[in-house]
Amino acid sequence: MKPAMKPAWTLAALGLAAVLVTAVAPFVGMEDVPPSALWGGGDAGEAAILWKIRIPRVAMALLAGAALAASGLAFQAMFRNPLAEPFTLGVSSGASLGAALAIRLGWESHALVWVPAVCWAAFAGTLAATLLIYGLTRLKRGFSVATMLLAGVAVSFFFSSLILLMQYLSDFTQTFRMLRWVMGGLDRVVGLDDVLTVLPFVVTGTLIVFYLTHELNLITTGEDLAASRGVEVQRTKIVLFFGVSLMVGAVVSVCGPIGFVGLMAPHIGRLLVGADHRVLTPATLLFGAAFLTVCDTLARTVLGPAELPVGILTALLGGPFFLWLLLGQSDLEL
Amino acid sequence: MTHALAHDAAIDLVGFSFGLAGKTILREVTFSVRRGEYLSILGPNGAGKTTLLKCIDRVLTGGSGRIEVFGRPLGGFSQRELARRISYVPQADGRVLPFTVEQFVLMGRYPYLRPFAAISREDREAVAEALRTTGTLEFRDRRLGTLSGGERQSVYIAAALAQGADVFLLDEPTTFLDYRHQAEIRDLLARVNASGVTIVAVTHDVNRAVLDSHRVVALREGVVVYSGPPAEVMQPDVLRRIYDTEFLLVPHPGANLPMIVPGVPEEGPP
Repeated sequence: MKPAMKPAWTLAALGLAAVLVTAVAPFVGMEDVPPSALWGGGDAGEAAILWKIRIPRVAMALLAGAALAASGLAFQAMFRNPLAEPFTLGVSSGASLGAALAIRLGWESHALVWVPAVCWAAFAGTLAATLLIYGLTRLKRGFSVATMLLAGVAVSFFFSSLILLMQYLSDFTQTFRMLRWVMGGLDRVVGLDDVLTVLPFVVTGTLIVFYLTHELNLITTGEDLAASRGVEVQRTKIVLFFGVSLMVGAVVSVCGPIGFVGLMAPHIGRLLVGADHRVLTPATLLFGAAFLTVCDTLARTVLGPAELPVGILTALLGGPFFLWLLLGQSDLEL
Repeated sequence: MTHALAHDAAIDLVGFSFGLAGKTILREVTFSVRRGEYLSILGPNGAGKTTLLKCIDRVLTGGSGRIEVFGRPLGGFSQRELARRISYVPQADGRVLPFTVEQFVLMGRYPYLRPFAAISREDREAVAEALRTTGTLEFRDRRLGTLSGGERQSVYIAAALAQGADVFLLDEPTTFLDYRHQAEIRDLLARVNASGVTIVAVTHDVNRAVLDSHRVVALREGVVVYSGPPAEVMQPDVLRRIYDTEFLLVPHPGANLPMIVPGVPEEGPP
């Protein structure tokens, strides 16, 4: 598809939209909070809502949205599969299994090198699931789009049953925590601790994706051609898998699995700026960040004062989008 | 092969064997490609021609024996270094790519690009030059999926040109093209070859191979069954050894060479 506008302008517009969303979202909610609460105006309660709840939550939504979008982008290029993303390939389930295991073992208050044990466990689960999928594609070259999705479904089922088994064997409070967490949402985020934990992982992961934009372009044209142009294909893929695992593991450990952001963002990015990963990567990240922030703002207001897990909202939007792609509205092009 | 000739070689294969999944595909392949030469590789389907190209370009790794590129062992090159010496134009596979022509040709510059760095003027000029040489400048903003077979092939050759390599490996560059586009691609390759680029082309068109190339190598079941001047391929027993079928040859009116013509059905033409 040929972009209608020059990609630079589209990127600027996307950036502006992301800034606007970031600026407005903290002031949307059940309680009216005046902007002056930012610099200590208003009462202490308002300042607390803003600084302890809303700003951390918007920050987490931006990080998670960008991370999931970058992961989807990397997966779609690496597997040359327009329906690939951490959620559809079962990688999010791997992260969930790791995190659920950590909750079951009562590691929630433990940490290693300032990073919570749940986060490490989710990271390990992500890596395991990613390597499983990667191994399957190596085992059988030329996996079709459909076969790979079926493999993702199988992996997903497998990990989900293990999570169910663990819930069955857990006490009531642990089970509830796991269940709520598997729904995917940002309501756990209170204060900046979680944001600061996730930040270095997301920054590292996205930097890896940005570092490899040329390689992503070439791998999209086919691994043989990429190798003939000088790309170290296997090494590139391993580094990307590692970067994606870092991001997805960190995000899932805090927010649970949030589906379809990683599926939609790269496609919207392609519609807006075309397929060149040098511009597609920033476009996809900006869209993913803004999109999840908007979804989360809706999720915490539409049913107010109750909260809708944002994973339910993204799935409600993403499910039809997925079907639309599957039915070939865009020829399943990358 | 004398030492003097080997010194002049762009690519040397010595006793190279390669297998995939326990199946031997290439056996003890030995031949050289001289600098500036146009070499055609013939052989029936499944003879290992594509595999041979991929091994030379290290798209496939492994195998035993020796491959040298400009006198250096293949293993001594980094993937980027190799890409500056050899470029590969794969068989048309019908895959629809979402990139524009210019984006795709720019990817040929990969061995010179650096992460985070802007595209250099040298890169832009190489791309513009490649687009001009191949006559694809006018549709540089079109997407690859919208191109005809002939245009697509020109664009792939443009990307190989942008890559700035000394050797082109082409896998069936004119298969699936109509006569006019075959002629255009052939002219383009002749010009590229005349500019000093060594060409190794896999083809099924024996007539064209004999008319276009300096030398011919033929593979059958992974073994080199002919290596030499093109004219000598055009003998019934040599062709039978390569393809295991009978051929009808008649003299070409212009080229002083026998050409393959299709046989008449036994019951005569309808």
